[in-house]
Amino acid sequence: MTDHAAPGAADERGTGSAPAIEGAAVGDRIYRGAITVFAICIPLLLLLIAIEVGIAAWPALREFGFGFLSSSTWDPVEGNFGAGPAIAGTLITSVIALLIATPLALGAAIFISEFAPAWLRTPVAFVMDLLAAIPSVVYGLWGIFVLVPILRTHIMPFLADTLGLGRFGLFSGPAYGNSVLAAGLILAVMVLPYITAVAREVLLAVPRSQREAALALGATRWEMISGAVLPYAKVGILGGVILGLGRALGETMAVTMVIGNRHDFTTSLFAPGYTMASLIANEFTEATKDIHLSALMAVGFVLFVITLIVNAIARWLVWRVSRGQGA
Amino acid sequence: MLHRHRVLVPILTAAALLSAACGGESGSAGDTGAARSSGSVDLTGAGATFPYPLYSKWFADYANQTGVRINYQSIGSGGGIRQLSEQTVDFGATDSPMTDEELARAKGGPILHIPTVLGAVVIAYNLPEVTQPIKLTGPVLADIYRGQITKWNDPRIAQLNAGVTLPPTDVLVVHRSDGSGTTYIFSDYLAAVSPEWAAAPGRGKELKWPVGLGAKGNEGVSAQVKQLPGAIGYTELAYARQNQLPVASIQNKSGNFVAPNAESVTAAAAGAMGKLGADSDYRISVVNADGANAYPISSFTWLIVYQNQPDQVKGQKLEDFLKWALTAGQQSAAALDYAPLPPELARQLAGRVENLAGGTTP
Repeated sequence: MTDHAAPGAADERGTGSAPAIEGAAVGDRIYRGAITVFAICIPLLLLLIAIEVGIAAWPALREFGFGFLSSSTWDPVEGNFGAGPAIAGTLITSVIALLIATPLALGAAIFISEFAPAWLRTPVAFVMDLLAAIPSVVYGLWGIFVLVPILRTHIMPFLADTLGLGRFGLFSGPAYGNSVLAAGLILAVMVLPYITAVAREVLLAVPRSQREAALALGATRWEMISGAVLPYAKVGILGGVILGLGRALGETMAVTMVIGNRHDFTTSLFAPGYTMASLIANEFTEATKDIHLSALMAVGFVLFVITLIVNAIARWLVWRVSRGQGA
Repeated sequence: MLHRHRVLVPILTAAALLSAACGGESGSAGDTGAARSSGSVDLTGAGATFPYPLYSKWFADYANQTGVRINYQSIGSGGGIRQLSEQTVDFGATDSPMTDEELARAKGGPILHIPTVLGAVVIAYNLPEVTQPIKLTGPVLADIYRGQITKWNDPRIAQLNAGVTLPPTDVLVVHRSDGSGTTYIFSDYLAAVSPEWAAAPGRGKELKWPVGLGAKGNEGVSAQVKQLPGAIGYTELAYARQNQLPVASIQNKSGNFVAPNAESVTAAAAGAMGKLGADSDYRISVVNADGANAYPISSFTWLIVYQNQPDQVKGQKLEDFLKWALTAGQQSAAALDYAPLPPELARQLAGRVENLAGGTTP
């Protein structure tokens, strides 16, 4: 694994080149100027996108106000728009995806880093990474032709009737197959490789000494993992989950193919719903009215803001965890 | 903090390398693509996805015969109208005629609507027990999509299908989730035959659907109908054919139940021609048309061009292509499940596009 060498190499380069820079003052200044411009470019780009989308969204936001965030009316013919169900759908499907994918990903990562024999490690990791390379429209097709029929004929009746969960709101209603649950499941499969890859690399990066110290104290293998390895890798794993969340919030194609695309607030996971990204993808091409276009831009703007908030919360979590760790 | 960096550095490095590699690849691919197309393309167009299979065949055939290259992007009718209005393309294509408001906003002056072919929207369904094609009327269809008729054995459906045993199951309504000319044609028809539908949800490429599941694209709707027993959905003729879905016969204005095919769709246009005045701008709807054999859920699809072409050379090329499309092009329509224009209308239109290059009003 070449990745192991990278931090050490970077450190050496960092300390080794420091005296040389003092000598070459002009080159240093040019270099410094250049990388400063690069660094500023990225936040500037983000700001420009936010401003552009914000301006395009303004007519709709002014017209519908805060009702835009809560209303479930989406009537392109009458020009009346509210994105409430799409906002709720985006958050709910992402949460379902993370609830399913995180334990799976963590288990897989622990297996690869701690239990798998060396010859098995690379092929298993390779196949998992390959999951991330599948285009989302292919996931969508798989969703339509495999996942949704299985949900409709087997899983949904099993949950609702055999387990008797149909009495509860969460699993009630007719089993169409296309549903919030289907979208959450397909998202779980899609974010799985991201979380697994990060968690695996983070676990592999835990120093041997950490493990050896725990074992030397008489810890069992499980105690070593839960007591010495996982706490050490906590922050990195959380980072991987956030990466997965970002992917889930923005995923468009696969979700729109299985979620049922319905503008309704629903308490049932079996009912069709909507997400913000799929709403934009569905309607943008044929939106000719100005207010309709603006409403779609407003949905984009809300998605942007929500992603920002979620990321801020995640950053704060990472910061809290890493501080609590006393590093 | 130190070990945290140790952990993140390799990940970030890997991510950066990966994104750099991807960026490089796509960048170079884009470059070669642009170089290839900008060198030899004579006309550019953008718009409707519905006629795209036919148009791409037309453009390929036309390039073979005349050497004139046409680049068409099927980005949707709305995009086609916007790009033509901004004069970024030489022609647009749309499944629903431009509104007066949109016409007024076009930057290049008056716009001509040229119908090219007709398409049909068919009602596909999934009733495994029913072997013969079912019959429906417009008002019944409207009430199914309004959520008023919820069971397949509803008396109003049963009455139309004497001798057919309909199951007592739910009618599972499937509609398009993406904005689409297909939805426009379907809702235009329902609004024409049902006053309740005309009041709400009305006509449009996207609607506030009272009931049902949204599926993306014709392929999504056909896949959904094919898999879901009890489902009903509307798709373009070609998709129902390819998926071997049974389609309903629909009662037309003359009271006959007509199955959709190229002949019955062309008959709808022939029936609607009675409405055309000599000075028509061809922004007409042919749903629920007259004619004993007319399939009622039919529609034109249009190419839209500026009447006064700013560029003589391009104008001439456009004129030549449109004439070709209205004559030789019509023959390849039926093989791709589009209906050709009635011959008389095609002749009339060929006269209308005369002098596009000269910039004079026809």
